[in-house]
Amino acid sequence: MKILITLRVNGKEHEVNVDPQTPLLYVLRNNLGLKGPKFGCGLSQCGACMVLFDGKANPSCLIAVERAAEMEITTLEGLGDENGNLHKVQQAFVEEQAAQCGYCLNGLVMASVGLLNEKPNPSDKEIQAGLYRNICRCGVHARVIRAVKKASAL
Amino acid sequence: MATSFIGKPKNRVDGRDKVTGAAKYTAEFHRPGLLHGVVVSGTIAKGRIKNIDTAEALDINGVVEVFTHNNIPSLAWLDLSYKDMDAPPGDPFRPLHSDEIQFNMQPVALVVADSLELAQYAATLVKVDYEVEEHRTKLADNLADSIEGKGLRAGFTPPESIGNFKEAYADAEVKIEAEYSHGAEHHNPMEMHASTVFYEEDGSLTVYDKTQGVLNSQHYISMVFGLSKKKVRVLSPFVGGAFGSALRPQYQLFMATLAALQLKRSVKVELTRPQMFSFGHRPITIQNLKLGATTKGKIEAISHQAYSETSTFEKYIENIVNWSAKLYDCGNIEQIYKVVRLDVYTPLDMRAPGGATGMYALEAAMDELAYKLKMDPLELRLKNYTEEDMSDGKPFSTKTLRECFKQGAERFGWEKRNPEPRSMKDGNHFTGWGMATGVWDAMQVPARAKAEFSADGTLTIGSATADIGTGTYTIMTQIAAETLGLPLEKVTAELGDSDLPFAFIEGGSSTAASVGSAVQKVCRKIAKKLLKEAGKIKGSPFKGADLEDVVFSDEKISDKNDPSVNMTFSEVMKSRHLEKIRKKYMLLPNMLKQRKYNRNTHSAVFAEVKVDEDLGTIKVTRIVSAIDGGRILNLKTAHSQILGGVVWGISMALHEDSFMDHNFGRFINHDLSKYHVAVNADMPDIDILFVEEPDNVVSSVGAKGIGEIGLVGVAAAISNAVYHATGKRIRSLPLTLDKAMTERKI
Repeated sequence: MKILITLRVNGKEHEVNVDPQTPLLYVLRNNLGLKGPKFGCGLSQCGACMVLFDGKANPSCLIAVERAAEMEITTLEGLGDENGNLHKVQQAFVEEQAAQCGYCLNGLVMASVGLLNEKPNPSDKEIQAGLYRNICRCGVHARVIRAVKKASAL
Repeated sequence: MATSFIGKPKNRVDGRDKVTGAAKYTAEFHRPGLLHGVVVSGTIAKGRIKNIDTAEALDINGVVEVFTHNNIPSLAWLDLSYKDMDAPPGDPFRPLHSDEIQFNMQPVALVVADSLELAQYAATLVKVDYEVEEHRTKLADNLADSIEGKGLRAGFTPPESIGNFKEAYADAEVKIEAEYSHGAEHHNPMEMHASTVFYEEDGSLTVYDKTQGVLNSQHYISMVFGLSKKKVRVLSPFVGGAFGSALRPQYQLFMATLAALQLKRSVKVELTRPQMFSFGHRPITIQNLKLGATTKGKIEAISHQAYSETSTFEKYIENIVNWSAKLYDCGNIEQIYKVVRLDVYTPLDMRAPGGATGMYALEAAMDELAYKLKMDPLELRLKNYTEEDMSDGKPFSTKTLRECFKQGAERFGWEKRNPEPRSMKDGNHFTGWGMATGVWDAMQVPARAKAEFSADGTLTIGSATADIGTGTYTIMTQIAAETLGLPLEKVTAELGDSDLPFAFIEGGSSTAASVGSAVQKVCRKIAKKLLKEAGKIKGSPFKGADLEDVVFSDEKISDKNDPSVNMTFSEVMKSRHLEKIRKKYMLLPNMLKQRKYNRNTHSAVFAEVKVDEDLGTIKVTRIVSAIDGGRILNLKTAHSQILGGVVWGISMALHEDSFMDHNFGRFINHDLSKYHVAVNADMPDIDILFVEEPDNVVSSVGAKGIGEIGLVGVAAAISNAVYHATGKRIRSLPLTLDKAMTERKI
């Protein structure tokens, strides 16, 4: 049964008419048109769908949309400013060439932002630990670690 | 010069799109009214479908149709029509063709509905009754049933023995013999396979497909469904990783196209993560190596034998036993390659197919021989270094492997190694140092490119190639900008569109050398035309000038000897009243020149591991990879390619294993929590260096492709390091702690 749910995403309120059990990821992508978060497995195993919940990065593919209504959600689209300037983590990812195919990148960027929210100056080990939920298949890990280091200094 | 870019560490041109989510992948294209298809996977490995009941699924409001072998139209009759550009010999799999089941998780139905959720639910209601037949899926139990690994396939070289191995081996003073094995592996790109087929008003199709070659998908649809190529446009602007999995059209393309044509509606089909384990994979292989040498370490005899799996319907073959003749100066080499037909899906090229696995066994055996000889493993390789391929006596176009060994060893500190196993201890961990060599083909294939230069100073170049994360957009842009002397921002590269000029599937590390050269040549044609037009301007200093007399840089044509004599491109276009200059170029590899040489990339890989004495856990702590990859076009994208290859090597050595339950003949660890890949916490210190030598035999841009060489040799180097750490030789991949711990405490 569909109900009206109000979500707070990227600083704005959105009203959606959906089944309350719908995964948040589906609502973000299909109802709100936010394609930053990606579907990689649907099982919270790969991290491609990560968004920030009250500043903490977590996968969005298994959490029911009704539970997300209680939180402030930020997606990849909400990171930069309104003038099109990139968030420092995005900028560092570009400069350190942390992209290959780019499919996992949403998750890695969001997890890195979440990590820096908690630990503004993480060590390499803390970055590796902080990105434990993200799988990348192209093998950009070393460059991501460098990018997070760089972003932390900005 | 401000417009010199080749060889520079430039940022990717698509970097911003990828960190903002602007890059769109296949399943993200949408139009109102798009239908969703969900594939029903079979549950037996061999047999027949007795009955398939779709009534309950069709009863659901919103379910449009369920396609099975019972209700699809008659399609192309000949097996040949189903052959794609990368097909091995045999009869390709035809989805929904008949009631026959040839492998587990075979697609048996497609449920099409208004929404994904409805299609997913309805798919659970499709009931299939099977007549089960006994299946054979275990390679080790069926070796006696093997057939010769021969056949015609692009890129495949039939194994060829030279000299007299048996005699030389019998006479050899020092010998080793060992058997190595590895399990099946699945590509698992992060983006799952998907096809979005838009049915246009005029009955033509616009297809977004996850593919490494849009023309391959277009060809397949056209042949199977009997459509003119003019009515099928295939696009694939961004690919979320592929690693070989998208070389061949996968069954979701067939399914989505079938449904779109039958329903005259637009349809999207995306596979689930478990279904990513239902098609091609790196084949499970058992290899036997015999090496014979003199007591001084001169190799006299090499035998490389491999048994690999294939399906019952196609004969997948890869270059697995062919590599030793390219590396070692030995006149007696035996190469034996056999495949066994099993009730599995046809294996599929997976990053460095054959090379990654064949070189694992060969280089692990080399380490065993070094220990038996009490010789340093690097010294053994140098002592048997060859400047020519032993199988045909031809030299290499370029080979900087000797220098790779030297520089790699220096960076790693190899000379400080105590060769004695278990001799280096760090607290509770044994430290091990191992090394290995890698080799891969440096291919160039035909490619077309087009270019259009406009009066506003912008250039668009295009070729129907792919960028699977490798950086094709970026190097096309760089090469074009440098050749014509334009800023990068004024160049737009187009790819992944079947309307663009011909390019092969992006595979075999051939794209940079092929499409890169075509782009360079087509831009030279534009330059030539610009110069000719410049010469026609009244009082022009460039009247009758040749390309050799001038320099194209900073949006100007300048006299080579006197840069103050110059003309801007916009001046030329304006004076000559030109709006556009359009050119095309067809690159054909220079076969006459290339056939005189062996064309290969090489690597020297050094690895450090730490193995926990009590728990047997293995951690790779350091890798140095020295690469012979010709001229490096972009240090950043090239570095990323090798980095990715090294990570794949670590993953192959320590983690990856598609585990089959032979009771069912099905891969059972089919998701990303049970199919392990290397993750952030596994990352060691990875040091990559390039020993460059432009290779103008392979390509006019001097590049040798490097998408695969980074992986080859890594698993062997790690495996050899584990032996050095523990004194225990584990001869099967992945090297897991249970294998390290069996028999005794390590």
